Formats: sequence, C-alpha cells, structure tokens
Amino acid sequence: MIVVNTETVPGCRIVELKGMVQGNTVRAKHAGRDIAAGLKNLIGGELKGYTELLTESRREAVSRMMAQAEALGANAILNVRFSTSAVTAGASEIMAYGTAAVVEAEA
Amino acid sequence: MGEEEAIGGVAAFVVYVALPAAALLLWWALGRSQERRHLRDLAAREAALRGVLVTDLRGFPGADPACPPPELVCGEAAIASDGFKSWVFGLRNLFGGESKSFTALFERARREAVARMAEAARARGFDAVCNVRFSTVDIGGNASGAGKKAMPMAVCTVSGTAYRRLSAAR
Repeated sequence: MIVVNTETVPGCRIVELKGMVQGNTVRAKHAGRDIAAGLKNLIGGELKGYTELLTESRREAVSRMMAQAEALGANAILNVRFSTSAVTAGASEIMAYGTAAVVEAEA
Repeated sequence: MGEEEAIGGVAAFVVYVALPAAALLLWWALGRSQERRHLRDLAAREAALRGVLVTDLRGFPGADPACPPPELVCGEAAIASDGFKSWVFGLRNLFGGESKSFTALFERARREAVARMAEAARARGFDAVCNVRFSTVDIGGNASGAGKKAMPMAVCTVSGTAYRRLSAAR
C-alpha cells in the first residue's frame, strides 16, 4: 500500500477515488513512566517514554487507516494528515486520515 | 530567647533560601549539560543528513520518475523542560516577553523530530522528503486542565513523504 501525504504519486495516475479513511487511538504509558517523566522534568532531557508513546500511537492510527483502505479495495492513501486531541496529562489521541484511492503506474 | 531566635533564623534561611537556591543551581547544571549534549548530537546527525533534501513543497522537486513508490515518514520528539527553566518561565510569565529558554526547547524538539524523519527516509533508501507538516500533541496535559499534574515540555510531531531524486538533481 502506498501511503503518502502528497496529493499525487510520481509515476502513477489515480484510477479511482474510494473516499476518506481514518484511524485513531488514545494511548497512555503506565504510571511508573509518568512518575519518571515528572522527575525528568526537573533535570531536563528527552522524555523517551512519551516519544515512544507518540511513535506507537502514530503507527497504530496509520495501520487502522490502512486496514480501512484495504477493506475498500484501495492500493494507496493520498494526502494523509494527522490530528491530535488533549486527553489528560500522560495520554494523547492521534488520528490519521487520508483519501483512499486506486492508482496504477503510468504507461 | 536570643539563641532560639538565632536557630529559628538559620532554619528559616536554610528552608526558604539555601535549599531552593541549591535545587535551582542543581537543576540549572543538569539541564544545561543535557541541552549541550543534545545540541552536539543534533549537529553531528544533521551534518550526516545533508544529502537528504527536506522541503515543505507539495510537489516532488527533482523526483526520479522511475523511483520506487514514495512512503510516508514521520518523526516525533518529547523534550522535557528542567526545574530551572520552568522556574525562570514562571517569572517570565509574570513580567511578560519572550522566554528564550522555552523558545530554544521547542526548537530542539523540532530539530530532533525532523532529524528522525530524515533518518527514517534515508534508512529506507530515499534521499528527499517533501510536503513536511508539523504538529504537536498535548501529552503534558497543559491544555486539558490537568492543573498541578501538568508538565512543561516541548512535543513535536512531523510527517512528510520520502522519495528518490534524479542523480542529476542531487
């Protein structure tokens, strides 16, 4: 599956649009990681637990979006965008959305 | 009576002045060493990434028409403030104006996220990323009313499309 955040794919033409697909997830790290992050906020440095949380959330949201596109019979998702919501300290919602399409290589 | 007063005075000085000052000094030293280490690391990785063209253009500048299908690449970074920066920011908030230390903190988070995205592109055999978009996430709970549990931090997420350029365009 071709997943891009552009409206076109070089060397490919759009055969059919299948409509918008989306995937979201709300995730949190266990309380120990939150306490560690609280301490890290005194001494500085990267909050690895939260970076990990973002990476996992984004992967999950994208894979759910891809599953929807697959179910529609698409082989590409164009113009992917991410959106987030504030849930509470230590948690986040990430939503990925895009347009499912069928593309084929230009002759 | 005089002795008791002297002990009380020393105790008050220790609790209200010496301890907070020592904590601030410690946080400042730790925060500064973390920041310097991060900036050194970023400079080295960005130098190694010079061959990867990163743009926020919607097209594919210099794309090789025969290149493999482009791919979505992302990067994310959550960088903590430190006790000293947060305390200084408290003062800054009182008087108004730019907070240079927090401006620098957000810049570090953005550079880190972009470097990770460019590294992901390079690891998959691409040499350019276009249509870069920045976004943020409120993990610290600063917008969700977490109150005292809210944590000051710079969070940056970035996404783009990785592709390969013509060798002549490199």
